[in-house]
Amino acid sequence: MPTTDELDGMTAEEAMFAGANQDGVQIVHRRDRFPIPGSKVEKRAEFAVSLAFAISFLAAIGFIIVFIAVPFEFHMPGKGSQTFAIYTPLLGALLGISLLAVGVGAVLWAKWLMPEEEAVQDRHDGASPVEEQMLTSATLISGLEDTGLARRSLLKSSLGLAGLGLGIVPLVALVGGLIKKPGRQLQTTLWTTGVPVVFSNGARVGPGDLQAGGIATVFPGVPGGTTAADSPTLLIRLRPGQVVRPRRGQAGFGWGDYVAFSKICTHAGCPASLYEQQTGRLLCPCHQSQFLVTEDARPVFGPATRALPKLPITVQKTDDGSTYFIAAGPYRESIGPAYWERR
Amino acid sequence: MTATPTAAQFEKPRTVLGKSGKALEDRLGIAGGIRKQLNKVFPDHWSFMMGEIALYSFIVLLLTGTYLSFFFDASMGEVKYEGSYTPLRGVEMSRAYASTLHISFDVRGGLIMRQIHHWAALLFIAAMTIHMFRIFFTGAFRKPRELNWFIGITLLTLGVVEGFAGYSLPDDLLSGTGLRIADAIMLSIPVIGSWVSFLVVGAEFPGTEIVGRLYILHVLLIPALILGLIGAHLALVVKQKHTTFPGPGNTETTVKGERIYPIYAAKAGGFFFLVFGVLAGIGGLAQINPIWLYGPYNAAQVSSGSQPDWYMAFLDGSTRLMPSWETHHLFGHYTIAALFWPTIVLPTVLIALALAYPFIEARLTHDHAPHNLLQRPRDVPVRTSLGAMAITFVMVLFISGGNDVVAKAFDISLNAMTWWGRIAMLFGPPIAYLITYRICLGLQRHDREVLEHGIETGIIKRLPSGEFIEIHQPLGPVDSHGHGLLEYAGAPVPKRMNKLGSVGRAVKGFFRPVVEKAEIQEAIEAAEAEHAERTQPAERPSVGAGIDD
Repeated sequence: MPTTDELDGMTAEEAMFAGANQDGVQIVHRRDRFPIPGSKVEKRAEFAVSLAFAISFLAAIGFIIVFIAVPFEFHMPGKGSQTFAIYTPLLGALLGISLLAVGVGAVLWAKWLMPEEEAVQDRHDGASPVEEQMLTSATLISGLEDTGLARRSLLKSSLGLAGLGLGIVPLVALVGGLIKKPGRQLQTTLWTTGVPVVFSNGARVGPGDLQAGGIATVFPGVPGGTTAADSPTLLIRLRPGQVVRPRRGQAGFGWGDYVAFSKICTHAGCPASLYEQQTGRLLCPCHQSQFLVTEDARPVFGPATRALPKLPITVQKTDDGSTYFIAAGPYRESIGPAYWERR
Repeated sequence: MTATPTAAQFEKPRTVLGKSGKALEDRLGIAGGIRKQLNKVFPDHWSFMMGEIALYSFIVLLLTGTYLSFFFDASMGEVKYEGSYTPLRGVEMSRAYASTLHISFDVRGGLIMRQIHHWAALLFIAAMTIHMFRIFFTGAFRKPRELNWFIGITLLTLGVVEGFAGYSLPDDLLSGTGLRIADAIMLSIPVIGSWVSFLVVGAEFPGTEIVGRLYILHVLLIPALILGLIGAHLALVVKQKHTTFPGPGNTETTVKGERIYPIYAAKAGGFFFLVFGVLAGIGGLAQINPIWLYGPYNAAQVSSGSQPDWYMAFLDGSTRLMPSWETHHLFGHYTIAALFWPTIVLPTVLIALALAYPFIEARLTHDHAPHNLLQRPRDVPVRTSLGAMAITFVMVLFISGGNDVVAKAFDISLNAMTWWGRIAMLFGPPIAYLITYRICLGLQRHDREVLEHGIETGIIKRLPSGEFIEIHQPLGPVDSHGHGLLEYAGAPVPKRMNKLGSVGRAVKGFFRPVVEKAEIQEAIEAAEAEHAERTQPAERPSVGAGIDD
């Protein structure tokens, strides 16, 4: 290291070299971009960098003005000012320009105006000297001896037990607070015998409500029926001539030319809702499982394995003489995706 | 030249800067340590910027995310929307969805913050992915840097989880459908699936708690982990120093570049503003996740063309390609869902393979030495081809994640797209391996060819015998046959004449040449001549010295 007297006589650059040397850095190449001050090229470079910073300032001012002054409230077309449509793009453009200009300015500053430099530094990596390692391991070993853990086996095992206990406590506390018994919730839905079939707005569904080939999403007409994730059911009115070949035990689940299947895909639980009425295919848009309604919603393509559960339906006459659908019973199978203990 | 302050001035500083410097130094004694960091040499290569982009987008995420948290209400309580977005007025929705609409329409500048946040999240994960490719293909993960490779893989995984949690918060129809699938994935875990689902969701899906739980994960737990790991990641880079490609000054024991202060700091600081600027520009100009068009989550509804954010698409694809292989009647009447394999097993295997790769490679190559120099991908064809194989596999899954969009855009059968994916997933990777391997060998041979015979100059010469030959420029000394003596050193070989670096810019100025004042021009020329004198390169063989035989 140079002495203070030597350093007193140095320029900042010379002392910087000395400091770099001290840190294992050798500056092998260093040259001013403009060894002769005052040239046009230098002035231009400085101007360009300053211009970038100035543009940044102007764009920032523009951002502030737009942010405060431009009306941003949403209005339907023809019902008031539409400036909201350009508000966010304007803010983005101005903020983008302001930030980019600072970035461009800083990078050009470094590339055009700061000196060219190539420095080489020693890596000094890898393991420490063996002496260093020996001293450290000796310190560790001596400390361990001081604690006596090696020979006091009672202390060791009791400390281990304490650690084990306190290690499990947070796990138990967390899981214990969060855990919920699934019980039979996954096997059951709100559909039970006699539950009225309703549209999402609560209106009851009757045999006259769908045209041939039509579908409707229906829900159990009980409290919470339209929001429970396992209740959406697809009510399908077959086209004339379409016949459903029922699965075993599901004969008589339909009513007239109506059939009802769970809308929740048996693969991952999305609503399988794209219906091709001519082929009777039902497609789930999430992973493209396809179900054939005419074969009781048997999966025919994609990752789904099981048929959509079928809801037994029948009709009920009310006092005023209208006919409405009701569920003739609950779903026989679990709705939606498979799980370990699913029956 | 400014003189360095004298020792006497250090004793009694007079400027404000000097006084505060002394005050700090008297208390902390950090002058030497700070200088060491300022003088740290950082190597420069374009591929080293990928990690920086990830870091800077994370900073943007912290800034915009904190802003959003002032307005977002992570509750699934039902409200009737009364905000200014007319088409949804009167609709029942969760507070989470309503407050996201509030941010988008009723908070001044809220929408741009939301959009910058979303774009920054996409960029964060994209930059981490590309950064990982860089590390992988150049062998930067080798000893002594395996630990940082682990941290990197963990960061990428956490980034994906963090992204998915954030994406799910608005409780809109698109993200709600994603959550529904996530619940189905939890249900599919053998033995404990239904218990896991109820533990996480708090009830049968959707329950009333999941958004609040995802919120605290998204704004506190995972970001804190990511921040801590980024700190460790960077600390290890500082301790172990950055890897470099081999070259003059860049060896196993030395690193060449610019010192952090001031040049590298100015460049890196400027680069932060460039990344932020691009994100702000996109965030304002390019709409993303317009949740008001999707509507609130409703278990009975879905829209076609529902694609998740890009980093989840490969899992969506693997799920679509999975055949309908559900295991029934296991131990009597138990089930393993088809969903389990592509969504739990596959990503677990991918992450485990990535984590284990440094050790697999070291074991197979018996290379246990520490490495600070990077390898060019062509020089390690097996690793490069394995990487190409992995990327091909994930790309097939990625495309299959949008196979309905592809089918619609190109009028292809949807089922044909699924079958294409199933076949390409199996046969694409080995084909990619073979092709990449051949490309690597070809590039290696071309490097040796140029080292031996020189650069093709494009100059055709006719010999007295009538034979036409092309003149080659040797890169170094040649033997008696005109063959280059330079060995390949793992560094790029110049292959065009203007890569030899002998030509500078002839004229300064963009529209017209810059004419300097006469005395300045003279001084410049004198300085350049003196510089050239000082840095005279070793004598090079001239064009035509090595005639190709």
